[in-house]
Amino acid sequence: MIYQGKQKIWSDYQKEIPDDHWYYVRSCIRQNFFPASEKMFMEICRNVLGKDIHENEHHTTCGGIAYHCDTIPQETVMTIVARQFALMTEAGYENYVASCITSFGNYTEILETWHEFPELETKIRELLWKACRKEFKKPKYLAHSSDLIYKFRNEIAEKAKFRLVDKETGEPLRVVEHIGCHYAKMFPSKGIGGAEYPYVLAGMIESWGGNVIDYPERRHCCGYGFRQYHVKANRGYSISNTHKKFESMEPYKPDMIITNCPGCPYFLDRWQYVIAEMEGKTYGQNGFGIPVLTYEELAGLVLGYDPWDLGLQLHQVAVEPLLDKIGIEYNPEDKYKGVDKKDLMRPELPSGIKCF
Amino acid sequence: MNAFGFKLSPSSAINLDKADRSKFDELCSIEPDAVRCMACGSCSATCPASGFSGMSVRKVLLCLQRGKEEEAFKMMSACMLCGKCTMVCPRGINTRHLILSVSRIYNKEEKK
Repeated sequence: MIYQGKQKIWSDYQKEIPDDHWYYVRSCIRQNFFPASEKMFMEICRNVLGKDIHENEHHTTCGGIAYHCDTIPQETVMTIVARQFALMTEAGYENYVASCITSFGNYTEILETWHEFPELETKIRELLWKACRKEFKKPKYLAHSSDLIYKFRNEIAEKAKFRLVDKETGEPLRVVEHIGCHYAKMFPSKGIGGAEYPYVLAGMIESWGGNVIDYPERRHCCGYGFRQYHVKANRGYSISNTHKKFESMEPYKPDMIITNCPGCPYFLDRWQYVIAEMEGKTYGQNGFGIPVLTYEELAGLVLGYDPWDLGLQLHQVAVEPLLDKIGIEYNPEDKYKGVDKKDLMRPELPSGIKCF
Repeated sequence: MNAFGFKLSPSSAINLDKADRSKFDELCSIEPDAVRCMACGSCSATCPASGFSGMSVRKVLLCLQRGKEEEAFKMMSACMLCGKCTMVCPRGINTRHLILSVSRIYNKEEKK
C-alpha cells in the first residue's frame, strides 16, 4: 500500500502509547463522582488485558484544580508534580498514566515548561529536595488512561459480550463523545487525533459497534470551567454552557454520551437534572435524560460486568433505558445495594426528570 | 421554581438555517460592497455617533447577514449620514450609500 496523502497527515496526529508497565495515578474527584471507573480500569488492565500496572497509596492531588482556579502558583504545582514523579521513580516505572484529564494537561504543561526553561526544573528539584528529600526522573512516556483503553479497544471488542447496537432493530447506537478540554486543546500533539480530530473516544465507539454523532457544539466545553463552577455566583455560566451543548445535540437523538474527563460526566449528568428543574426540559426519550458514562464504565458494560458493580446507580440520569436497549440484564432490586448486599438507601427522586 | 441561586443565560447561538436572508441577498445584488467589508472597524472608530449610541456600520452588516434586522435598525437610527465612515474605509466602500440602500430595501414594506 502506498503511504501517502491523508494517511501521512493522519500519522502526524498519532502519539506513542506504551504497551505495558504503567505507573497509574488516580484522580482526586472521580472516585467520589463515579467510584467504579478507576477500579474498572485497573480490573481491565490487570485481569482482562493482563498488563502490569502499579499504583501508590502515597500519591496525592496534582494541584490542577487549585491551579486552574488561580489559587496557587505554578511553582507549587510543579513541586507537587515533581513529588509524584519521585514516587514513580522509586517504584521503578517510566510510563506515567494519569486518570484525570486535568492532571494529564497539568503534567504535559509542566514537562513542556521544563523543556523550554531548564533552569525552572533545576529550581523545582531543589525545592523538592528541601521539602521532602526526594529526587525524580521525568517519565519516558506520559499517557492518559483513555489512551490505553483506546490502544487496546480491539482486544476489548474481541472479548466483549455486548455491542453498542439496539437489540430490537440491530441499528448501531447513536453515541455522543465528549473529550475533556485539557486533553488536547492545550497541547494538540499530545492527544490522539490532536485538538482538531480527537479520535480517542470515537475509536472506542466505532470498535464497540456504535455510531459517533457529529453535532455543531461537539468540541464545546462541558461547562465545568473550574472557577465558573467553584464560585457559586458564576454557576450560571457553567450551566448555560452545558445547556448550549444539549440544545445542539438534541436533534440527533443521542442514546448516550461518553467522556474521558472527571468533570465532564459529572456536569453533563447532574446539570440535566438542574435544567429539568429550571426549564422543565429533558433531552432523552420519554421524559428520561441522556445517560452519561465514563469510557471505563462503557468498557465494563460491553465486557459484561454487572451495571450495579460499575456504580451506574450513582448516575443522576437513569441508565435502565440504555441497558434495556443494548439488552444488558440487571436486577432492579439490587440497584441500591452495596457489594455485600448492604442496603444503600434510596435517594429522593426528582420531579422534573424521570428516574428509578 | 428556581431554588438554585443561579440561572440559565439566554443562548447566543444563531441558527443561520432559520434566518431570513432574502433581503440581504437583494441588498448584495444592488450593493455588492456589502460583502466586501472585512470588519476592520475603522468605520466604527471614526463614527461620531458610536460613542454614545452604539452605532457601527460593521455591526449593522453583521446583524443583517445573520437576519437580526431589529438590532441593525436600532443602531442605524443613530446614523447622521455624515460620511466619515466612507472616508476612512480601507476597502473603499461607500458606506453612506450602503446605509441608504439598506434603509430603502428593508423599509420597503413599511412604505406600502
